Amino acid sequence: MSETNELYQQVILDHNRKPRNFKVLEQPTREQMGHNPLCGDELTIYLELEGDLIRDITFQGSGCAISKASASMMTVSVKGKTLAEAETLFREFHQMVKGELDPETAPNHLGRLTILAGVREFPARVKCASLAWHTLHAALEGKSDPLLIKE
Amino acid sequence: MVAPGESHSPESSNTPFDVDRIRRDFPILATQVKGRPLVYLDSAATAQRPQIVIDAVNRFYTAQNANVHRGVHHLSEVATREFDGARVKVQRFLNAAESHEIILTHGVTESINLVANSYGAKFIGAGDEILLTMMEHHSNIVPWQLLAERTGAKVRVIPINERGEVLLDEYEKMLNPRVKIVGVVQISNALGTINPVKQMIELAHRQGIPVLVDGAQAAPHLNVDVQDLDCDFYAFSGHKLCGPTGVGVLYGKTSWLEAMPPFLGGGDMILSVSFEKTTFNSLPYKFEAGTPDIAGVIGLGAAIDYLNQTRLDRIAAYEKDLLDYATAQVGALPGIRLIGTAAEKAGVLSFVIDEIHPHDIGTILDQEGVAIRAGHHCAQPAMKFFGVPATARASFAFYNTRAEVDALVDAITRVKQVFEI
Ligand SMILES: Cc1ncc(COP(=O)(O)O)c(C=O)c1O
Repeated sequence: MSETNELYQQVILDHNRKPRNFKVLEQPTREQMGHNPLCGDELTIYLELEGDLIRDITFQGSGCAISKASASMMTVSVKGKTLAEAETLFREFHQMVKGELDPETAPNHLGRLTILAGVREFPARVKCASLAWHTLHAALEGKSDPLLIKE
Repeated sequence: MVAPGESHSPESSNTPFDVDRIRRDFPILATQVKGRPLVYLDSAATAQRPQIVIDAVNRFYTAQNANVHRGVHHLSEVATREFDGARVKVQRFLNAAESHEIILTHGVTESINLVANSYGAKFIGAGDEILLTMMEHHSNIVPWQLLAERTGAKVRVIPINERGEVLLDEYEKMLNPRVKIVGVVQISNALGTINPVKQMIELAHRQGIPVLVDGAQAAPHLNVDVQDLDCDFYAFSGHKLCGPTGVGVLYGKTSWLEAMPPFLGGGDMILSVSFEKTTFNSLPYKFEAGTPDIAGVIGLGAAIDYLNQTRLDRIAAYEKDLLDYATAQVGALPGIRLIGTAAEKAGVLSFVIDEIHPHDIGTILDQEGVAIRAGHHCAQPAMKFFGVPATARASFAFYNTRAEVDALVDAITRVKQVFEI
């Protein structure tokens, strides 16, 4: 498979075209904006927490296919998870796209998210894939300032 | 190694423009990217360097390296002679009246900051106005905003139309005695528009207002004559002109430069220093504090030699043909929207594709060996005007070919395949 096809897999294109959980939550427990000033990618994540549990998560925003698909897939994978589980996924995802964790060989909890592993071959696009995750991470830490991704 | 002037002989105007021969002067154009020949369509970001520029820099470090204007020894004299010679080359390139009107800087960004700080400190105060066009590069916006914040002056924006052309009537109405400077880009790096700077300067001068021209994109593509334009300041960067990175030029009229205070303080810009009183050096040194990028300046001189041999009038004609071809080919693809369709354009083809973000376009084009830029091109106000966060931008130089335009078109077709539109 060419690197282009590796990156732009059907699943990713599908999440880009029909992003899941792509809406505003009317009464979120937490709301966090993330912005990548270099690309202009921008998204807002809405969380409904119940104790330790992510009961619902949605997002809104605009950006490239990678950032949108990654946000969409993230909402699917963390919905219903505990905060600790979500943090683990954040860490593993981050390591995967930076090429520090090979999901083929290292034990992990990433599941479907490994479809985004192709991003590690595209250093300029890593921040696109991780914008949603950094934004979620900031939300879980209870930050309220808009998050700027600069890496 | 090829000595300067030997790479190819001057051409007469009736021989066809021999792009294959020109390409051989640029070693990087023979490289491969991801197993394909490089198609470099990002010269507006930085141009490639011909061998004679690389050799000039190499020769300096190999055989001439010393500091300038400070030594009595042989090497320092050689370095100083080469360095001063490059300044004269720049003077002739811009047709400036005096070589001391050529201030060597690190690039357009520093050149504009110099004017904003030095001219600004002396001549711009609370309530004054600074006029900039909607299509300026951030480097011709932010220094003025910083100045406005410090002084209470106001930045006002000269509007443009949907083709990306300055509204001259509106501009004329904005000129008034409170306006202390006009800043205008001669060719927009985001849209490709060639602005009618001569006319804009004339209108400003009728009211005694000086004009700074950002020539970052124009100097590599047009014959620039600062006396004919009658601009007060003109800035360009070496790296967009096939020269090294890290050097640039500020041209300023003697009368302004004499009246302006120094920008940076340090060595070389002084005649004498005591803790009681420091006397500043004469032009151009007053504005050149510290050790300059000597090799870079000498390399810039070599780049100017190269462009002179190749002849900018022929370069401009060749590039216009190439841009017209690219505009027709890319513009004909379904779903493409061209951003910037001014009647007078050079070098730049900015576009967006329905529902596909420019970064995705850029990544897929790169996989096809085609290097373009995707982003806001440091011109966010212009992007906002066109209602897009970013564009994909192909930019052309005289070493590009129609075959490369065809490769661009094929690669765009591939993008649409991947996205199934
Ligand atoms: C129109 C324009 N102005 C200014 C600049 C800034 O030039 P530099 O980064 O060399 O200072 C650029 C380069 O991107 C440009 O295209």
